[in-house]
Amino acid sequence: MIARRLLDSGPLCGALGAAGLVGAWEAAGRTGFISPTVFPRASAVLSRAAGLAADAGFLSCVVSTLGAWAIGLLLTVAVAVPAGFLLGTLPGLERAFGPVFEFLRPIPSVALIPPALVLFSDKVDMKITLIVYAASWPVLINTMYGLKEVDPLAKETLRAFGFGPAAVLWRVSLPSTAPFIAAGVRLAAAVALIVGISVEFLAGGAGGSGIGVFLIEAGGATDALEYIVAAALWAGVIGYLSNGLFVLAERRAFRWHTARTEVAR
Amino acid sequence: MNPAKPPSKRPGWLWPVPVALAGWELATRAAGDLSFPPPTTIFSRMREMWLSGPADRLWLTDAALTDIPASVGRLLAGWALAGLVGTTLGIALGRSPLLSRFLGPLVHFARAVPPPLLLPFFMALFAIGARMQINVILFGVVWPILINSAEGARHVDPLHLETAAAFGLSRGQRLLRVVLPSALPKVFAGLRLSLSLALILMVISELVGSVDGIGFQLLDAQRSYDLPGVWGTIVLLGLLGCAFNAAFLAAERRILSWHRAANQTT
Amino acid sequence: MLEISNLTHTYGSGPGSHHALGGVDLSVAEGELVCIVGPSGCGKSTLLRSVAGLLRPGGGEVLFNGAPVAGTPKDLAVVFQDYSRSLFPWMSVADNVSLPLRRKGLDRPRREEAALEALTQVGLEEAGAKYPWQLSGGMQQRVAIARALAYRPALLLMDEPFGSVDAQTREDLEDLTLRVRGHHAMTILLITHDIDESVYVGDRVVVLSGAPATVVGDLRVDLPEPREQIATREHPGFVRLRAEVGRLVRGPRPAAQHPTPETV
Ligand SMILES: Nc1ncnc2c1ncn2[C@@H]1O[C@H](COP(=O)(O)OP(=O)(O)OP(=O)(O)O)[C@@H](O)[C@H]1O
Ligand SMILES: [Mg+2]
Repeated sequence: MIARRLLDSGPLCGALGAAGLVGAWEAAGRTGFISPTVFPRASAVLSRAAGLAADAGFLSCVVSTLGAWAIGLLLTVAVAVPAGFLLGTLPGLERAFGPVFEFLRPIPSVALIPPALVLFSDKVDMKITLIVYAASWPVLINTMYGLKEVDPLAKETLRAFGFGPAAVLWRVSLPSTAPFIAAGVRLAAAVALIVGISVEFLAGGAGGSGIGVFLIEAGGATDALEYIVAAALWAGVIGYLSNGLFVLAERRAFRWHTARTEVAR
Repeated sequence: MNPAKPPSKRPGWLWPVPVALAGWELATRAAGDLSFPPPTTIFSRMREMWLSGPADRLWLTDAALTDIPASVGRLLAGWALAGLVGTTLGIALGRSPLLSRFLGPLVHFARAVPPPLLLPFFMALFAIGARMQINVILFGVVWPILINSAEGARHVDPLHLETAAAFGLSRGQRLLRVVLPSALPKVFAGLRLSLSLALILMVISELVGSVDGIGFQLLDAQRSYDLPGVWGTIVLLGLLGCAFNAAFLAAERRILSWHRAANQTT
Repeated sequence: MLEISNLTHTYGSGPGSHHALGGVDLSVAEGELVCIVGPSGCGKSTLLRSVAGLLRPGGGEVLFNGAPVAGTPKDLAVVFQDYSRSLFPWMSVADNVSLPLRRKGLDRPRREEAALEALTQVGLEEAGAKYPWQLSGGMQQRVAIARALAYRPALLLMDEPFGSVDAQTREDLEDLTLRVRGHHAMTILLITHDIDESVYVGDRVVVLSGAPATVVGDLRVDLPEPREQIATREHPGFVRLRAEVGRLVRGPRPAAQHPTPETV
């Protein structure tokens, strides 16, 4: 009975699953199934990860990556949301830019790193510019998509009461598009991190610091894999927490939206 | 919802493209900046790089016949493997609440690791080459597929399952004929997300550790300050991305035709 | 063939719970066609789902051919009340009908033949290649019926199977049910809102009370065979039985204040 109750608890099961994985990983190393020279043991990686948390060099790298990420994301929202509204509300503009976007969007953003390396002298500017470019697409597209989903009846209701287009935009279009924008920003956050770290990899030590630079520099060490896996663990923790925060914020802010779509399903 | 026809389906919707190209040409010529060569220069460089071979090989050059297939092959191999693994595990996770309670948090954690971080890891684990790149793509893109498939398999209409149970379909038949088709729209959503991610990972893995492929060619052009070559390679990547997207959408439209139509009528 | 004894079921627990079945006793003999009528929401579908093994009842017992029902018994088919959702939208109509036949180990041509035959019986021989969502509600319902008929079950459970078809088709389907039962020796449990229908097709009519449901009437229908839409409905025995079932469904309450949809 108690065992059943415990199995119903999500966090406990999750912790058990993680512990099981770490245990199996450690056991594989200890029994010689996987040689520690090929893949480090769990205990070594975890203690390395704990060490990194107190390592000033690593922390400054994390701060610099996250700083560029946050600035890039803010700029993305500032650029892509108004652009999405313009394109979404002026059909002529969408018709003119749509096909061009259709050709630009599939270009993998990291392919722009090599020319950017030539064009930019300041590597931080370059990192942020590329982040904004890559992260703008999901926000832009979700904004335009959300505008299309705005209930025309809600807009007409407001218009029938004599409100002007600005009021309609502010009171109907923006609130009902907001959940779509938020989902776009959540996607963009992941893309921004990918591009930021990729830039750091390719620009290397010449371009300031960051998690990517840290990994390149660790790559030369004899216990490089321990560093790499430990740093990836921390990156995973950061990504997991930030994604969780986004989801939580979305759920709180847009309860009306989730309730409605759940009913619709 | 009003099923308005998308404007892009009308004939002549492509007119902005030549306009944009002409504007680009004029602007770059006026600026005269060597970093931004005009499109005509880029296109002639592209022709030179990939389409100046002998006629009996359809004018394809050596570079076109080695680098492009190498890249595309690794991309498709990694993505297809990820699709297979992700769908299988995702459906298992979606159908088993216990499994998903134990492994769900781990999966979400793994998804949160930025895929480029896999690069140094697999570079240390394997030598530089196709095996390393396919692994990076596989582990980088499997998570969205897995999570979406699990979501799809979790929300199968209970009446569909009851119908299958009432008519005594076996476990395998239920999985293949009821659960999988119900989850398929979500599986495809995951596959689409991961296709563009796979393209990114293909490029970055070739930029960092490769001796051939489109990304390697890009890096090569940059190192020799061949900017028309750099931009030409980027245009090629964009065209490849467009082609993959179009092929994927066509396949999705075919396979999920029942889904779109069924949702329109209800 | 089917023995239901003291079947009870409660949905949920605590203050929000709903006591749906309050001790239902019912036995059905081989080859019988039993109609179940009762007010809306009384627990008819709940009863049927317990018989089909899709729901584990709170108490009591269901014996199918002497063995307690655990999981879905073999040789049983169901026409669900929510027929449109029980058809698979990703399969053509013919595939929907022939899918269950795989379990019987039939090869592909035999399955297709059986599906076509069943679709012809319900007047949909043209619709095999279409998808369910391309059909009207009544046509979808006939597909669901065809699927059950093609399966040739020993026990057929039907939950308001003729609910959304026009009067003419409804009569045709009623006669089809009677015919199929005669040909293939099926036992049928048919749930309906329509008192006339229950008397017309049934060998017995079982009346359930409002929630929690119990059996308040079990009438044998002794009308001349074969049944015929006009003659049977004119028969004095039909008129008498119809009135009797109607009184049982209305219950002991004063009728004027509580009209039930069944009598409209
Ligand atoms: N899954 C469920 N959870 C909670 N309550 C339920 C559930 N299913 C049915 N009920 C309740 O049980 C009662 C009986 O439901 P049931 O579907 O058996 O009625 P019914 O007799 O088939 O009605 P109808 O003639 O309208 O189809 C209803 O009051 C309903 O609200
Ligand atoms: Mg019912």
